Amino acid sequence: MTDEHTPVSGGILVVGGGISGLTAALEAAEVGTDVFLVEKNPYLGGRVAQLNQYFPKLCPPSCGLEINFKRIKNNRRIRVYTMTEVKNVSGSAGNYQVTMETRSRYVNNNCTCCNACVEVCPEERDNDFNFNMDKTKAIYKPHDMSFPMKYVIDMEACTKCGKCVEACKYEAIDLEMEAKSFTLDVASIIWATGWNPYDAEKMDKLKFGQSNAIITNMMMERLSAPNGPTEGKILRPGDNKEPESFAFIQCAGSRDENHLEYCSYICCMASLKQVTYIRERYPEAKISVYYIDLRTPGKYEKFREKLMADENISFIKGKVADIIPEADGGVTVIAENAVTGEKIQEKVDLAILATGMAPAIQAEGSSLGLQMDDSGFLLGDADAGMIAAGCAKKAADVVTSNQSATAAALKAIQVLRR
Amino acid sequence: MDKKYSAYLCTGCGIGDAVDMEALSGVVSSEMNMECKTHQALCSADGRTLIDADINDSGINTVVIGACSPRVMQDEFDFGDDKITIRANLREQVAWSNPADADKEYVQEQASDYMRMGCTQAQKSELPDPFQLEEGTNKKILVMGGGVAGLTAANEAAAAGYEVTLVEKSDILGGKAVNWRQSFPTKAPWTDMETPIVNDLIQAVQDSDKITVKTATEVARTSGAPGNYNVTYKQAGTKSEWDAPAKVGVDEQDAIDKGTMEDPNAGLKHYMDDNPEGEKFGAVIMATGWTPADVSEYEHLGVASQNVVTNAEFEKMAGQGKIVRPSDGKPVESVAFVQSPGGAEHDKDFPYCNSVTSLVALKQAKYVREDNPNGKAYILYQHMRTPGSMELFYKAAQNDDGIFLTKANVMKVEEGADGSLSVEAEDTLLNENLSLNVDMVVLAAGMVPTTKDANVVNLAYRQGPSLIDLDLFDGYADSHFICFPYETRRTGVYACGGVRKATTVDETIDDATGAALKAIQCFESADRGVSVHPRSGDKTYPEFFMQRCTQCKRCTEECPFGAIDDDEKGTPLPNPTRCRRCGTCMGACPERIIGFKDYNVDMIGSMVKAIEVPDDDEDKLRFVVFVCENDAYPAIDMAAMRRLGISNLVRIIPVRCLGSVNMVWIKDAMSAGMDGAMLLGCQYGDDYQCHFVKGSELADKRMVNIAETMGSLGLEVERVAVTQVAINEYHKIPEIINEFVEEIVEMGPNPFKGF
Repeated sequence: MTDEHTPVSGGILVVGGGISGLTAALEAAEVGTDVFLVEKNPYLGGRVAQLNQYFPKLCPPSCGLEINFKRIKNNRRIRVYTMTEVKNVSGSAGNYQVTMETRSRYVNNNCTCCNACVEVCPEERDNDFNFNMDKTKAIYKPHDMSFPMKYVIDMEACTKCGKCVEACKYEAIDLEMEAKSFTLDVASIIWATGWNPYDAEKMDKLKFGQSNAIITNMMMERLSAPNGPTEGKILRPGDNKEPESFAFIQCAGSRDENHLEYCSYICCMASLKQVTYIRERYPEAKISVYYIDLRTPGKYEKFREKLMADENISFIKGKVADIIPEADGGVTVIAENAVTGEKIQEKVDLAILATGMAPAIQAEGSSLGLQMDDSGFLLGDADAGMIAAGCAKKAADVVTSNQSATAAALKAIQVLRR
Repeated sequence: MDKKYSAYLCTGCGIGDAVDMEALSGVVSSEMNMECKTHQALCSADGRTLIDADINDSGINTVVIGACSPRVMQDEFDFGDDKITIRANLREQVAWSNPADADKEYVQEQASDYMRMGCTQAQKSELPDPFQLEEGTNKKILVMGGGVAGLTAANEAAAAGYEVTLVEKSDILGGKAVNWRQSFPTKAPWTDMETPIVNDLIQAVQDSDKITVKTATEVARTSGAPGNYNVTYKQAGTKSEWDAPAKVGVDEQDAIDKGTMEDPNAGLKHYMDDNPEGEKFGAVIMATGWTPADVSEYEHLGVASQNVVTNAEFEKMAGQGKIVRPSDGKPVESVAFVQSPGGAEHDKDFPYCNSVTSLVALKQAKYVREDNPNGKAYILYQHMRTPGSMELFYKAAQNDDGIFLTKANVMKVEEGADGSLSVEAEDTLLNENLSLNVDMVVLAAGMVPTTKDANVVNLAYRQGPSLIDLDLFDGYADSHFICFPYETRRTGVYACGGVRKATTVDETIDDATGAALKAIQCFESADRGVSVHPRSGDKTYPEFFMQRCTQCKRCTEECPFGAIDDDEKGTPLPNPTRCRRCGTCMGACPERIIGFKDYNVDMIGSMVKAIEVPDDDEDKLRFVVFVCENDAYPAIDMAAMRRLGISNLVRIIPVRCLGSVNMVWIKDAMSAGMDGAMLLGCQYGDDYQCHFVKGSELADKRMVNIAETMGSLGLEVERVAVTQVAINEYHKIPEIINEFVEEIVEMGPNPFKGF
């Protein structure tokens, strides 16, 4: 149930509406607990909403999200607040007071998603959902399967020309809508604040931002997605070239004491999955994967085995030392094969940086009184009713995140019942 | 319920531009005999006031809304649990699926059919009457297995206020972990090994007044269903007449009856026999763990030598004190850890490994260093797998001068005369071959789930005693669903720990806590009379009109969740709390005696018949498309939002799962003169995406049969089709549907039209 207007108090609070937060909220609500779910973005689904497919099944994340959204619609115990952030937490286990702030959407619940506003809007903005690889109008639907299915205005792009207000037959647009604060009383809080892609520009030698031929793995997800900026065609940004050769640069930031000390867990499988995206579209393309170790443990080994048999894919154990942008729009990857000692210079049309996961809460965590480790992952304190879940707690894949989110639901309920 | 109907049409979002609303309203009032009102924005406060007023003033309790997709505006069109609300999708499927220049007549006919279908659905729909167990809902949890996973599940469920019985086969609690010297780090700085927590877990279980422990005990069988399981114990290692019987299929039963096959269940109680001595439970947590993998096949790794041991054996030695060489008791100075058995052939880990074995090697290398300051440990790997912050544990080992790590193809291990071992390795990071002489070699053997070769859960079910199709997961009791890791094909049974995945203690604790939540959620849902995932909260359940049952057993065989048992004659005995409400039984039943209050064979059949089929116009062909409501239906909505255009000769009917499609609907459609019928559902096969596991696969088989039947009647088999489509393939949907339509348009109308 979506109810962004009438805050009520009691139950548990879940911060973050990505796959972990959704799972924690739903699993708790389906036991019979009252749950408040808050999400910073104008839509739920978090990072997985941006993924084209999950590994190893290569199934679309929107399938599971659709089920979860249906579970929300059918459950009166969940209240969802999008565009909402936690501003302050006080109290103690069993009795927290949490102050929230909801940013203005400038579009109210009358919105029917008829799209008339978009048709008349003269202003554009960079589409952050697609990592700025395309544009939306200043009033926009965050993405095709957004939930809640409501439009939103980016006030930084809007000039308040009023054309959308005029075009809207349902009085759904309020350009003067104000942000609002409210307070919830809850017994326990699940922090499922997820992750951000590690900032690729911080790795000087990988030259991200200096060539269109250098993209991140998350950009690759959007390029491959049917609802992405290229409608699922993998084209080089800028010149829309169909690349003939690709290089994956593993551990772009991860396992590196100057960047992320830890292993981000998912990037090896994510790159191998993206190899299948390329193979599907470009059967002849040459693909190289530069790695330290291929971390495809357990059931993921089968997935790797299939790709290892592809003669047009090279797996090179060696860390990439440098990437050099070339005049023809491609790049040269420079590395050393750790086993043979051979120096490698490989020219490719597109280089994909397997950037790691940086915990998203890092900046504001301490101001909210949360305990974090040196890397910024939440420690959580279940006895105190502060529970960490999913990638806020550790770098993990979706299955592991959901196990941890389901566990978090029970820990939160235990506090409620104490 | 004495139904009082009213229909409402919305002209907003382009519907009014595409359709003549007055004429449409006329169809509803004259043909369907329902009062019909029109509003320019039904979802607005004003629109809802109109409907609310009719509900309050005229006693309307069954509302048909002709507006947007049922996937949106759910809150707006929620008039309470005591009202029936049916949505006809005029916006996405009519207004937004037709181009602006579409032939108005065709669009009008399409809208009229959707309203006819919606009104028919309202007439055939009843309010649900949730199922309640006669005995009431039992809320006790059975935990099978007393290792870290089982102990955690028991403690966590107890901490939420539930009673637990923990059954452990061996004489003591703790499982594998009682033999460990130390555990991996679980917190920053991620470099210090920890005292295993297993003793704390055992203590907590023993101190809890909510947990009953039964050691040296096994579960002989579990019968019944969530909220009402009946569990028979037995002394571990013994046989019992209550042991869970093997599955006996229809053909096997015939063979047994004829005496051509031995009864595998001779001497055992029938699966439906109820043990009055059994103990009742609400849900089961399966935490039966793993056994160390057998490595005897790896002769090139010197397995014949006493001094070559598995990681599990080495851990046990380390737990008992200083590590000494098995052959002569010499304190160990050097140990080689072999992570991958493939030599130059392949770079995979041992079977049944996960990242755990990389971590174990690091831990055990540290033992070598602890026991002997001059000790040397060599870790020979293909890929070190230390996910997340365990990377820091790895790094700490790299910084230890006594621990030497390299990628290597380990070619050969041989025992020398003095018991020492030579290890030959190639392709190392030293850019040269390596020859080591060590006291011991430790092989990184995997963790084989107890479910690989045994039934373990021992259910007394018609479909047999075990979780099924686990070969898809190499025998692990894993879930197939990435988003829903606790889903199995046996509602009420939740696996956790090593039986699901080779996993660390840290992850096991999360997993076991999650399993405890799912167990609780399962019987709490049963108690409220609602379904669990994926149709969680659904108050309907399949009801059987047994007088007409012919005991064909299709429903008992085909239910993906084993929800239906049977009696001696073969009459189905449904267990609604095992049921996931997919309707596969309803699709399977040739007598059409299974249905839900708001979804049944008669309802959908009547909706199909409500479609008007012109029999005098060769251009106006009619197609019915049954679509999976979770994936294909939203994909069609998305295609509409993008205005991709879908043929207006098509009528779309959402179904719970393709498994629920009863082939009589296809026959109804064809005999009504429709020209083609299509099913759009989820991918099946090893990487199936069907959330009811078998639904789309079964539908495909049934459609092959119906095509054959049609062929024998002289109808082209191409008139029926099944296509697999994923939710994000909405760009392909128009093509899939339109090509099907075009093919048949070319073929010409149904030759039996008008008969």
